[in-house]
Amino acid sequence: MAATQQTIDTLEEATGKYKYGFVTDIESDKAPKGLNEDIIRFISAKKEEPEWMLDWRLKAFEMWQKMESPDWAKLDIPPIDYQDIHYYAAPKTVEGPASLDEVDPELLKTYAKLGIPLDEQKVLAGVVAVDAVFDSVSVATTFRSELAKVGVIFCPISEAIRDYPDLVKKYLGSVVPIGDNYFSALNSAVFTDGSFVFIPKGVRCPMELSTYFRINEANTGQFERTLIIAEDASYVSYLEGCTAPQRDENQLHAAVVELVAFDDAEIKYSTVQNWFPGDENGVGGIYNFVTKRGACRGDRSKISWTQVETGSAITWKYPSCILQGKDSVGEFYSVALTNNCQQADTGTKMIHIGEGSRSTIISKGISAGRSQNCYRGLVRVQPGAENARNFTQCDSLLVGDKCGAHTVPYIVSRNPSAKIEHEATTSRISEDQMFYCQQRGISIEDSVSLIVNGFCKEVMKELPMEFAVEAQKLIGISLEGSVG
Amino acid sequence: MAPLLEIKDLHASVGNTPILKGINLTINPGEIHAIMGPNGSGKSTMSYALAGREGYEVTGGDILMNGKSFLEMEADERARAGMFLAFQYPVELPGVGGMSFLRAAVNARRIDAGQNEIDQLEFVKLVRAKAKNLNIEDEMLKRAVNVGFSGGEKKRYEILQMALLEPTLSVLDETDSGLDVDALKVVSEGVNLLRDPKRSMLVITHYQRLLNHIVPDYVHILADGKIRRSGGKELALEVEESGYAGINDAA
Repeated sequence: MAATQQTIDTLEEATGKYKYGFVTDIESDKAPKGLNEDIIRFISAKKEEPEWMLDWRLKAFEMWQKMESPDWAKLDIPPIDYQDIHYYAAPKTVEGPASLDEVDPELLKTYAKLGIPLDEQKVLAGVVAVDAVFDSVSVATTFRSELAKVGVIFCPISEAIRDYPDLVKKYLGSVVPIGDNYFSALNSAVFTDGSFVFIPKGVRCPMELSTYFRINEANTGQFERTLIIAEDASYVSYLEGCTAPQRDENQLHAAVVELVAFDDAEIKYSTVQNWFPGDENGVGGIYNFVTKRGACRGDRSKISWTQVETGSAITWKYPSCILQGKDSVGEFYSVALTNNCQQADTGTKMIHIGEGSRSTIISKGISAGRSQNCYRGLVRVQPGAENARNFTQCDSLLVGDKCGAHTVPYIVSRNPSAKIEHEATTSRISEDQMFYCQQRGISIEDSVSLIVNGFCKEVMKELPMEFAVEAQKLIGISLEGSVG
Repeated sequence: MAPLLEIKDLHASVGNTPILKGINLTINPGEIHAIMGPNGSGKSTMSYALAGREGYEVTGGDILMNGKSFLEMEADERARAGMFLAFQYPVELPGVGGMSFLRAAVNARRIDAGQNEIDQLEFVKLVRAKAKNLNIEDEMLKRAVNVGFSGGEKKRYEILQMALLEPTLSVLDETDSGLDVDALKVVSEGVNLLRDPKRSMLVITHYQRLLNHIVPDYVHILADGKIRRSGGKELALEVEESGYAGINDAA
């Protein structure tokens, strides 16, 4: 409960529309602006990486230079000057802290403001292990020794590259290849940190693993890389939260997340994304261009994505599942909320390859202000996916009359035994509902929040308890000023 | 004794159509008034105008609660000031859990009064105690507000809210509609439990039968936007016998 209470306190004490808009005053160690081979060598050297990793990065950079930014989404993306970004920024004093005592107290204060239970004393009572990524580096990973007892590896990916090179070599880029898309190539060239998780055979990870990402420095991109491997019959629940200070210029976030699940393994990946969305006139905000994909390689394996997306100026994100294993299961539960001038083009891909593979997609889009919210999803059934099954439900809720909701489903079935269902609805908050709530004494804003949270309930109930409380508050805050 | 509610020469329109054409009514603390009238007489408009529903525009006159005008207050402010409307057609709120909804309503009042939010356990106990009187099972409170409720369940849930929120003025809009005899009895008993020297009620109904269960101090006959006759509870019986015809002339 510590994190929840802290978060609530933070929300209450903070002022302004975006509650995480503060900047932490920490001296930082930055690479000069721009992107070229030297910068990539600089990053690799800073991370003390082995030669193979540098080669991998350089190969990615070469590919990226030949690629073009995708333009098929229903997004209006202003041109991005990739030479005007810092690709590496680290809080200065941090040279791989051995314990929390060595972490800059300013940094700890920031995380306290964000409501992250970084302080082990407080976390001891809880069940969450945290890796915190500040700009480009991981500053602290809690509970590592406890996890190590059961064989779980949870550490910054830069450490994993040094300490577990065989695992990283084997799986990095195996789900999202370097050249998969423009942003995955960029990430592969310049990624600076992120989390690495390995759950050995038969182990049920004893606690929720959590990473908090924060972009602090101006003109900095964040390119984190997350890799989670669940061996046979293992289980892990992973939570990811994101915030950034309020700034006038746009900042780029291009992450890659890869999940691999073997026979009977289950990975549950939950995200609450609250990057700065820009102000009410659309100035500033994060460009969130993220590639997330999970491979259900084993029979009866399961990967479940749950996301609550309220932040970012522009969101381009499609957490997907490749259902290779027999009877493997993919799930995607999403709430995407846009207000003011935000744009979101988000959804999922479910690729059915294994016999009897099943997938469920529940997407709830909420548009307010002048925002545009688009669900884009692909369900593809390959010839070998005998008796594959998909159920998709896409609901859109409009708040006000200047916003847009769009649903773009792609369905491709190459096996006649497959069953695919798609349901879609679009609705508004009715005047009846508003009056009913208000007549009970509930304010206009709280009424909207209540009705919208009700609309999202099927997704919210998939979130771990602590995260769900946070997400509910976030939805209320994100809709402030959208009605009345 | 100062009146709880004073309605003075109230005129109200829906769209551009005038519906209420000069209503005068004073309700003192502890009194139960019944408003009866034929379809289209303005009964529901009156309840919405009192509650401050959007689209029900007051074009003249005033509504005073404890001496303070309601006209500049939003619907939620009027509610927190002690006014409760039991809906004729309670609204479904998909996904909104019954308990969370009740808690939001209770907490809105507490925060307004400068109190802390209600303790979770204390709240559950409170709801259970009130729900028992109305034959409301826990299972029903776990469902989303009014979703899949039967007509009787919806009305009982309205009275449960009334019992929890302890309003000083309750307006019951056709609470008897859609209820069978047994359900009517449960609901009426629930309402009668709330009778109190400090609380007043305005019972809007089409039929006299509800007034056998919730016995009013005064009965008013509304027709064509005005109160045409006022009297004691015996007036309801008279209407039951001879209908609303001729009431206009008797004004």
